[in-house]
Amino acid sequence: MRRMQKKSSLLGYALLLVGSGIVMIPFFWLISTSLKDPANIFLDPPQWIPNPVRWGNYAKALSVMPFPLYLLNTVKITLTCLVLQVLSSSIVAFGFARMRFPGKNALFIVLLSTMMLPAQVTMVSVFKIWSSLGFYDTFVPLTLPAAFGSAFFIFLLRQYFLSVPIEMDEAARIDGAGTFQVWWRVLLPQVKPALAAVAIFAFMTHWNDFMGPLIYLSDPSKRTLALALWAFQGQYTTDWHLLMAASTVVMFPLLVLFFAAQKYFIQGVVISGVKG
Amino acid sequence: MRLIKRKASKKGRLARKEAFEGYLCIAPWLIGFLLLTLGPMVFSFVISLMKWDLITPAKFVGLENYKTIFTDDFRFRQSLKVTALYAAFSVPLGLIGSLSLALLLNLKLKGMRLFRSIFYIPAILPGVAVTMLWLWILKPQGGILNYILGLAHIGPKPWLSDPAWALPSFVIMSLWGIGGGMIIYLAGLQGVPTQLYEAAEIDGAGSWTKFWTVTIPMISPTIFFNLIMGIIGSFQVFTASFIMTPNGGPGYSTLFYVLYLYQKAFKYLQMGYASALAWILFAIVLVLTLIVFKLSGRWVYYEAEVKQ
Repeated sequence: MRRMQKKSSLLGYALLLVGSGIVMIPFFWLISTSLKDPANIFLDPPQWIPNPVRWGNYAKALSVMPFPLYLLNTVKITLTCLVLQVLSSSIVAFGFARMRFPGKNALFIVLLSTMMLPAQVTMVSVFKIWSSLGFYDTFVPLTLPAAFGSAFFIFLLRQYFLSVPIEMDEAARIDGAGTFQVWWRVLLPQVKPALAAVAIFAFMTHWNDFMGPLIYLSDPSKRTLALALWAFQGQYTTDWHLLMAASTVVMFPLLVLFFAAQKYFIQGVVISGVKG
Repeated sequence: MRLIKRKASKKGRLARKEAFEGYLCIAPWLIGFLLLTLGPMVFSFVISLMKWDLITPAKFVGLENYKTIFTDDFRFRQSLKVTALYAAFSVPLGLIGSLSLALLLNLKLKGMRLFRSIFYIPAILPGVAVTMLWLWILKPQGGILNYILGLAHIGPKPWLSDPAWALPSFVIMSLWGIGGGMIIYLAGLQGVPTQLYEAAEIDGAGSWTKFWTVTIPMISPTIFFNLIMGIIGSFQVFTASFIMTPNGGPGYSTLFYVLYLYQKAFKYLQMGYASALAWILFAIVLVLTLIVFKLSGRWVYYEAEVKQ
């Protein structure tokens, strides 16, 4: 029996190693290309370990575009969305989890069904609305929608609020707390891990967003990193070493975030996936 | 009598206050839903009945856009075909791949956390950067994929530059991101109560039987969730197709539905036509979701319900 277990765990490791090898090759190729001398990019067989190592590729990739400006634009949009998203999604989730009002269940079903509605269905008319309000080529169409919450985050936070004992609300209300104090002082501190998960998912979504900036931003000085990377590719089509260096830079903050906050990534998925 | 009345009216007042505050709480979402979802849905249906280039005044044309789309638009049919083909391959392959991966990562082995992270990373990275990377990997000359295939004595493929290989390139790329589905399955697998496996073992079930009679039914809601999201997701492919093949690829072989919609709206400025395409997209997603829901009654198992 024990020998069989050992055998199957060996097989498991073997499969995992092969699989993670396959997943890692593209990353390795990305970093390797980003550090190569342009003369060594198209060698056959390919050069896996760059020789000589050209760290200067990064400096060059970052200097051909106003990188700090694009980083600042992206950070501004992402952080605004993150704060708005956490506040609005959590108050809405609180309403659905704790308050009694007519039509609550029907509205909640409407909310759930909007999760399945592709954003592209309303893309044209929403674009028209924002531009007729004079918000074309501003960050408003990219950030303000976050103030209305997102169905997925509301759902996730509601599941979490439901797991907090209602006695906590009642005790606070007896002490004279109003509805908004119950939300802010009593329940939010109880669901910090879920708030972290929402913050991380919101960060990821808005940092990675491409279609939004593509449609709404036209002034090159307003570009986000994702948009800038695309524009960069249009100009330097064959400079793969620079393109890979720039791609690495755009990926980097997410990698850092992922390793710093892995726990919350997984937690968010667990809540949404299992109970969904 | 009077006391009861007063009590009742106080109760009513409290309930009204709670309802008012409840609506206040959900107001952000409700306003957003009305202004940025429901309103625009209606608005885009109205636009879909017009010819409108954003510059000259819109002109009412009735159902003409829809008529043209269904009877006289090769690219519409092509984009449907491309999207459906992509879904037909990437959804089942992704489902089987991510479930198998989750089963593997659910083994109680050392170092599992690291493996989970490795497989999950591709799913969190920006689409633009990932697409750049794959553009380079898929390059027929100098790209690493053809080199690796060459090591296995498989000849070089033209990938994105050939109508037969362009769409498979997108499917391969999508499979690199199966870690996203894997994490959801893993959460599902870890929610299966161990007593069920123990009970099955007492009944003499082997691993295979346990998999089909315990694991699959218990995680069927998760499979269902991933299936619906996968189908909807394949009808939303945009970033990769827009960057790798902005014009729809060789012979329009990678003209995904949303890419075509984008072209009509923001390249040709045919807002009415694009809105009609958007409504058709809505109808397709709705019908597909309803079909999956309808069929799900047969195989999705919820703990709370009693199966006959």
